[in-house]
Amino acid sequence: MSAPVAPSVDRAGHPHGRMPRGRDAVEAAAVVALVARARRRPLRRVRLVIAGLVVATGAVVLARVLLGEYTVTLVDFVHILRGETIEAAPGASFIVMEAKLPRALIGALAGAAFGAAGAMFQTTLRNPLASPDIIGISLGASAAAVVALTFFDAQGFVVPLAALAGALAVSLVMYLVARGTSFAGQRMVLVGIGIAALLASVIQFVMTRTSIQDAQAALVWLTGSLNRASWPLIGLLALGIAVLVPALAVNVRRMRLAELGDELSTTLGSPASGARLGLLLAVALSAFATAATGPISFVAFLAGPISRRLTGGRPSLWAAALVGAVIVVASDYLGDYLIPDVNLPVGVVTGALGAPLMLAVVISAGRHGKA
Amino acid sequence: MSSRTRSLTLTGALVVLVGVAVLASITIGSRPVAFGDVVAVLTGNGGDLADRGVVEARIARTAVGLLVGAGLAVAGAAMQGLTRNPLADPGLLGVNAGASLAVVVAISIFGVGTLTGYVWWAMAGAGIAAVLVHALAGLARGGVTPLRLTLAGAAVSAGLASWSSGLLVSSQQSLDSFRFWQVGTIGGRGLDLVITVLPFFAVGLVVVLLAVRQLNALALGDDLARGLGESLLLARAAVALGVAVLCGAATALAGPIGFLGLVVPHVARFVVGADHRRIIPVCLLIGPALLLVADVAGRVVVRPTEVQAGIMTAVVGVPVFVMLVRRGRMAAL
Repeated sequence: MSAPVAPSVDRAGHPHGRMPRGRDAVEAAAVVALVARARRRPLRRVRLVIAGLVVATGAVVLARVLLGEYTVTLVDFVHILRGETIEAAPGASFIVMEAKLPRALIGALAGAAFGAAGAMFQTTLRNPLASPDIIGISLGASAAAVVALTFFDAQGFVVPLAALAGALAVSLVMYLVARGTSFAGQRMVLVGIGIAALLASVIQFVMTRTSIQDAQAALVWLTGSLNRASWPLIGLLALGIAVLVPALAVNVRRMRLAELGDELSTTLGSPASGARLGLLLAVALSAFATAATGPISFVAFLAGPISRRLTGGRPSLWAAALVGAVIVVASDYLGDYLIPDVNLPVGVVTGALGAPLMLAVVISAGRHGKA
Repeated sequence: MSSRTRSLTLTGALVVLVGVAVLASITIGSRPVAFGDVVAVLTGNGGDLADRGVVEARIARTAVGLLVGAGLAVAGAAMQGLTRNPLADPGLLGVNAGASLAVVVAISIFGVGTLTGYVWWAMAGAGIAAVLVHALAGLARGGVTPLRLTLAGAAVSAGLASWSSGLLVSSQQSLDSFRFWQVGTIGGRGLDLVITVLPFFAVGLVVVLLAVRQLNALALGDDLARGLGESLLLARAAVALGVAVLCGAATALAGPIGFLGLVVPHVARFVVGADHRRIIPVCLLIGPALLLVADVAGRVVVRPTEVQAGIMTAVVGVPVFVMLVRRGRMAAL
């Protein structure tokens, strides 16, 4: 086989080889345009994915409100939202506004918070096992809530407030520990593991010392459920998200650099403190979500990998948050109606269905040679 | 001090520590028995019947503590080496979650109510879960990698835990039995039960100890390990088998004690560095010492009742661990 020696010059029939310089310039411009397009393409894909996820989140929330044992038509729902009473079914307003809508909204908000927090942890610490759960945030919330439920017979809004206080107390301890040490992420996680173990033992102690009725109530809390959805709780969660998510988004640029590793990202101008701040924001975000719903297993863990598969490997906080929202709302719906006459807490469903999903991610990632 | 004398000193100190822990575990309890009476029972010179019962129970309890502490600590070190992940605990293979689900099923569906009954269910559940995790992680092309094993293990664990919760939230009666098993305790197990489970500990320990060199190779990363001529799949399967057997036996005997297997390997790395030929033996000593000290503390802290060892390991171990993390040098995996 002879090597293709002849460049375009010959085919074009220009013997002196002067003219093609203009052609080269054209080709160079084309190449530049190609590269620019190639750079934009993943970004466009991320935007498309986010748009699609927004639609999906809206769809599951709407489905959660309209469908189920008590169905509401879209027209009636709009009327109810406007504050009008449906003459044919006067009770509809109450059911939608006090039960179905709060439940759907709190599921979406908590799911988004868990998803964003989990994705932040996984990318910053570069560890697929890392999530706010593993360093004791959800356990801080759980221990406080369980103690409040059992020893103080707390009810209503006190339980989520206690949980929030517990989770934030844990974050404060983490911050104090991580402050001013090198490899802060690593140390912070290790200390977090220790704190998590301590809190887990507090929960176990309470579970064995309390009455079986209280233990049952505590278990439902520990599993994570949307049963306590109410407008004040939604307000609390929304407030937390409104403050923390924009701050996290600002941190995302640093997050992308942090994936290169502590030393390298410091060289590139993204100080490790940025990553640490990101972690603390994620911790606080997950604290609010856990306070509202209890620890819903697997959402923080799952949302990151799923959203990355959708965006073609680019980490996107927004995509992860939306995936989390879809997961929680859809799982809650399934938990209500999957088995007749049994209302499973949403945490059972996310774990039971999330596990196979996660496995599918693991295995299919392997097929593409990524894991 | 040369490294040889240093490691000898360290080993000596740890052996003494375990010895003291064993002695304390036999002589101290929530029901006070005079030291002289304990010695009398031990040497076979009488002591009254009640004292003899107490001391015999303490001996069995100490044996359980030694086995479970050693088993979990060694399994944890092996698991962290296997997955090259410092966050991995021995339960990551799904062993704890599998054993727990099996016990929940045994209680809620089959009405099992005895410790001996739980042991076999827990062993079976642990084994099935571990095989499942390993098989699933190996489904993808290229076989089992640390990352896949980690993700598959976490996924299966969380999934199984959810099934347990699902069964428990709908049955108060089952929860009432399960919550006491789930804490993890080394008391109340007879010597006969210890002897039943002993072979599993022996097999698991031997497998992990034989695979120590491979663990070091695996810790260097796949390419280097392959370059050293190790068969990665075989080494991983062997270590995973050892971990599953050890952790399964420990969980069956004492219930899930999570913290020990996660943290003792870190303590060992702080003390002796990253070589598994040192980490594993050190774990073999620190694990039982921590568990027994914690258990003894649990007996005296709220007399006349006891706090379970599963709870006390965290209470005793966490402060030490946090101090080590704050002050010590980080030994990377």
